[in-house]
Amino acid sequence: MDFKEKLLASHIAFEEEIDLTDPIHQVRIDSLKTFEVKGFPTRKDEAWKYTSLNTLIRKDYALFPKAETSIDLQKVKKYFLYEIDTYKVVFIDGVYSPFLSNTTHDGLDVCLMSAALTKAKYRDLINSYFNKIANQEDSLTSLNTSYTREGAYVYIPKGTVAEKPIEIIHFFTGEEKSLWLQPRNLIVVDQNAQVQIIERHQSLKEHDVVTNSVTEIYAHQDALIDYYKIQNDLTSASLIDNTYISQDRNSNVKVHTFSLGGKLIRNNLNFHQKGEHCDSTLKGITILEDKQHVDHFTLVDHSQPNCESHQDYKGVFAGESKGVFNGKIFVDRLAQKTNAFQQNNNILLDDKATVNTKPQLEIFADDVKCSHGCTVGQLDNDALFYLRSRGIPEKEAKALMTYAFANNVLESVKIPILKKRINLLIAKKLGVNLGLGL
Amino acid sequence: MITIENLHAQVEGKKILNGIDLDVKPGEVHAIMGPNGSGKSTLSSVIAGHHDYEVTEGTMLLEGEDLSEISAEERAHKGIFLSFQYPVEIPGVSVTNFIKTAINANRKAHGLENMPANEMLKKIREKSALLEIDSRFLSRSLNEGFSGGEKKRNEIFQMAMLEPKLSILDETDSGLDIDALKIVANGVNKLRSKDNAIVVITHYQRLLEYIVPDFVHVLFDGKIVKSGTKDLALELEAKGYDWIKELA
Repeated sequence: MDFKEKLLASHIAFEEEIDLTDPIHQVRIDSLKTFEVKGFPTRKDEAWKYTSLNTLIRKDYALFPKAETSIDLQKVKKYFLYEIDTYKVVFIDGVYSPFLSNTTHDGLDVCLMSAALTKAKYRDLINSYFNKIANQEDSLTSLNTSYTREGAYVYIPKGTVAEKPIEIIHFFTGEEKSLWLQPRNLIVVDQNAQVQIIERHQSLKEHDVVTNSVTEIYAHQDALIDYYKIQNDLTSASLIDNTYISQDRNSNVKVHTFSLGGKLIRNNLNFHQKGEHCDSTLKGITILEDKQHVDHFTLVDHSQPNCESHQDYKGVFAGESKGVFNGKIFVDRLAQKTNAFQQNNNILLDDKATVNTKPQLEIFADDVKCSHGCTVGQLDNDALFYLRSRGIPEKEAKALMTYAFANNVLESVKIPILKKRINLLIAKKLGVNLGLGL
Repeated sequence: MITIENLHAQVEGKKILNGIDLDVKPGEVHAIMGPNGSGKSTLSSVIAGHHDYEVTEGTMLLEGEDLSEISAEERAHKGIFLSFQYPVEIPGVSVTNFIKTAINANRKAHGLENMPANEMLKKIREKSALLEIDSRFLSRSLNEGFSGGEKKRNEIFQMAMLEPKLSILDETDSGLDIDALKIVANGVNKLRSKDNAIVVITHYQRLLEYIVPDFVHVLFDGKIVKSGTKDLALELEAKGYDWIKELA
């Protein structure tokens, strides 16, 4: 039985654990059918041309997490923003950990998807938002939907500014030798509300873990969302992140993705602007080595006039690592006065590293400003010589230059402690000596 | 300080230096002048160790040590400094961080610890004042968006911070107005000592009014065809470079 067959067959066991009368369940059934028909994407699919899931799906994975394993807080403290006060929704091998979490219903809801899906008081919200912007034609998204049960649920009411950032963290203990998890997150930010969210996946020891997650984010009118994805897991962990964002007029949503570790990462990041004067920001820093593989597949759907979008992804690739960037911008006929900027710059540090980068602009309005720039290159030799002529050794000079190259994406990180952490992480990865107050 | 004998060098297969002889002793300032294409910048790149340039014949000895197998950064550690004709922009690296990194890399090469922060700060303040560089400047990205004058003042600021034994100033005066020229020259003159040496490469005599050389050499077609005192510079100013071609 191959893995797809296992997923289809195991759904029955899954059904034994959940409420079959729940209206959501019909959504699950329909989604499973979609996955059954389409199966896993292959290299023949244009959108997956450069990223193959073959090695991943050839393995066998446990689908259901064991009962809660506990983790010593001291061991994982460093993965939290422990210096500041935050809300936390923490999962260990897919199971909610009340001990490590800090949920709330006081003024805003930061809690569990499992609660939101089953309790009456969330019924209306779920009916309005659940699975409404996720791409139902996409097979991996459908697979996640068919197994939807647990994840993070965040609701920020009208006019509320979430005074603490929210950390959504998944730990993987390695108790199961190989694990395939499918968390489902729902984030709703009501009119004129604001929130900062940090999402992270972290294995605590080497083992085969694949996360196929779906996150739906709704930004109502005037909402402000600042979302940070930290992808710095071990080289045995893989992540398929499907994030769908719906923006109403005047809303401002920023997503920063830091892809610094893992075996295979595929980021499907989709912005749908549904009102005028929306602002969408997609930024990323990718630093890979060895045989790591990261694929950023972005979509910004400008369907309304007077909106802006900014994309800036920087990639540094060493060893035999592979980077892929496919940035689609769709500008509807009605979306006049659109300003859409896209930039993807990549540096190859070694001969065997490769990057495939493709801007994809489909513009149907005529009064717009759309720019795109995708570059792949090596470090500038003249600049390298300049640094070396001042006594900076070649290795350090290269590190300093790549650090400077990647670093400017950090300027827009609004949480100081997070900015500092990522700064240090990047410097460490590149071997830059930071004892100089950088 | 540096003794160059019969130096031949080429870049991308093209011969540029065709037998340079030059002897610079500590405490001396030598000027190298010549028409465009004579090999002035090549000479400075070769001395600094630019990997694109290949030495095909001849020797370079710095304080008796053969430079040919030594990398660019090691030459810097041994005390060579090149003030670039076209300083390179390095976005994302501030002037301050750059100079701190360079100083500490040099200290490390000599077995020393990093310079303590307050000492570093004091030195930066002192040397930037010497070159009339505003402190706000120091947090800008290195050379990015700098005017010609700002770039050259920044080069001499680095020279002041690194205290090299042998400085090569490659057309430091190009693109400078008289005010910037005076500031740069003043900075260089303050750094002159009996223990270091300076090679000033220039097309025009003007700079040499302010940085007065002990010796002037004329470079033509990759060779030094005439040497003299500072009066030679005045002679070139009056006559141009044509008469030199006859000497070659």
